[in-house]
Amino acid sequence: MQVKNSVWRRALRHPSFVAGGAMVLLMVLCAMLSLFWSPYPVGDIDIPNKLASPSAAHWLGTDSLGRDIGSLLWVGSQNSLLVGFIAVGIGLGVGVPLGLLASARRGWVEEVIMRAADFTFAFPALLSAIMLTAIYGPGLVVSIVAIGIFNIPVFARISRGAANSVWSRDFTAAAKAAGKGPLAITMAHVLPNIASVLIVQATTQFAIAILAEAALSYLGLGTQPPQPSWGRMLNEAQSQMFQAPMLAVYPGVAIAMAVLGLNLLGDGLRDVLDPRLARQR
Amino acid sequence: MSMAENPPHTLLQVSNLRVSLPTARGWAEALRGVSLQMERGQTVGLIGESGCGKSLTALALMGLLPERARVSGSILLQGQELVGMSEPQLCRLRGARMGMIFQEPMTALNPLHPIWKQIAEPLRLHQNMSVSESKARALELLERVQLPRARERLEAYPHQLSGGQRQRVMISIALACRPDLLIADEPTTALDVTVQKEVLALIKQLVREEGVGLLLISHDLGLMQDHVDRVMVMYGGGVVESATTPELFAHRAHPYTRGLFAARPRLGLARGTRLTTIPGSLPELMDLPAGCAFSDRCSLAVADCLKIPPQAENISLQSPLQNLPAEPHRVSCPRWSLI
Repeated sequence: MQVKNSVWRRALRHPSFVAGGAMVLLMVLCAMLSLFWSPYPVGDIDIPNKLASPSAAHWLGTDSLGRDIGSLLWVGSQNSLLVGFIAVGIGLGVGVPLGLLASARRGWVEEVIMRAADFTFAFPALLSAIMLTAIYGPGLVVSIVAIGIFNIPVFARISRGAANSVWSRDFTAAAKAAGKGPLAITMAHVLPNIASVLIVQATTQFAIAILAEAALSYLGLGTQPPQPSWGRMLNEAQSQMFQAPMLAVYPGVAIAMAVLGLNLLGDGLRDVLDPRLARQR
Repeated sequence: MSMAENPPHTLLQVSNLRVSLPTARGWAEALRGVSLQMERGQTVGLIGESGCGKSLTALALMGLLPERARVSGSILLQGQELVGMSEPQLCRLRGARMGMIFQEPMTALNPLHPIWKQIAEPLRLHQNMSVSESKARALELLERVQLPRARERLEAYPHQLSGGQRQRVMISIALACRPDLLIADEPTTALDVTVQKEVLALIKQLVREEGVGLLLISHDLGLMQDHVDRVMVMYGGGVVESATTPELFAHRAHPYTRGLFAARPRLGLARGTRLTTIPGSLPELMDLPAGCAFSDRCSLAVADCLKIPPQAENISLQSPLQNLPAEPHRVSCPRWSLI
């Protein structure tokens, strides 16, 4: 109990944890609120009002179809979060068990898993995503799966590496001597000891997933209209670059803020969860 | 299992245990025919320099050798053969019928769990205790190992305890399920000298009270003298000499044992006296001589020693009355009598 309290106390004093946490929290709140309410319905096309400058009615102006930019950003956050959560979830859900299995079994099992991870890793993420969309057609689900698959070897590698270092410590040998099997030791001793590494990595991969989704949508391979997405907003803004440059700036800033927030949060968590710091009272 | 009910089974009977480990240069014979025998309530010490196979013997007994190791020979725990036993079966024995105390109490406890949980672990695993039962038993055990303020310390994390206190926790984990055999691999090496004594006295007391067999592994001769009934001296993966402790300390026969004793610092040595050393160093396992493992460092060695592996023989140095047949003095050196 004391340990948990002290983690919280240290977390709230950590500047990048607080800043990153606030930015991420803001984004999550936006996305949740947007499920029920947005300033304008995002499907509303208002041609007479197209490319309007910021005003009291449209705080950030409108795009080439007269849609409210603020509302598009507001609702677009859903998309980014969805991609991030599911892609990281796939990575964690598949990669971590594989990494733990490799570490617990060693020998040829480890070789096979890690070489398969290397193989997957050798393809640049975006290229393999483009390949998948070429096969299954563009769309949100395909892009999420593609980004998720790219996350699997990342988590497999990091969990295997961290787990190997836990397995080499005496308390796992002591647990074996107490009659525990590899699965029980993995759950009771290995996983809790590598959790902080995984949490930090998850925030980084979350940011990468948001960027990847934006890139895919920008290329027209990710989220399809009319579902708003920050990446697609960039794509649409491209053709009016010289008439309305701000159209590209808003989604760009949104993406940058999300990624910055997640990275700051990850940095903060890295410090806060470091067990060596937790020892110091 | 039905065998175990027949009463007169030796607690532990190891015969001709051989272990080979894979190395970059091929298979290395790390244990070359270790035999030992132990009864309940008996304490046996394994002594030897680093790399002689002491710890490997312990791991082999626990079935914790690396997966690729080749094992032959026999380990009978109360008549039950452990060599070749499946991993799930071994898991049921480990912690329940054999417990192990590790060298390094600083790292052998998981830093993330309070100590009572770690003591409760084998209890819940082997005896299906509920959380509250196992917690109550953990407290009992901590009191048994004389951890001061045990009740408050149930919720403590390992980093809040000192080295000696942690070793007490380790002992209580090893004894939690009342095992028949306790293996202590250099249990006090990482502790202060004063704490060492307390911890060893505690282990000895618990062994006597619970009637378990203790295999104590150490490189400390002094510690052996005070704490074990029988000493086995290991060199190069084999037992070179074994005898009851008083017998061994009075009449050491094997040249290696003699070297080991001569290298020991003693009170009363004249200032400036150099301690005797055994010439050379323990060769790598791959480079051990074909005959007696010690032959290339032995001052008594002749050409035959390098070629022919010595057979263990019973010797009688004491009066026949004291030399009971159950506790023979065995030496693996045909030339032991040529002092």
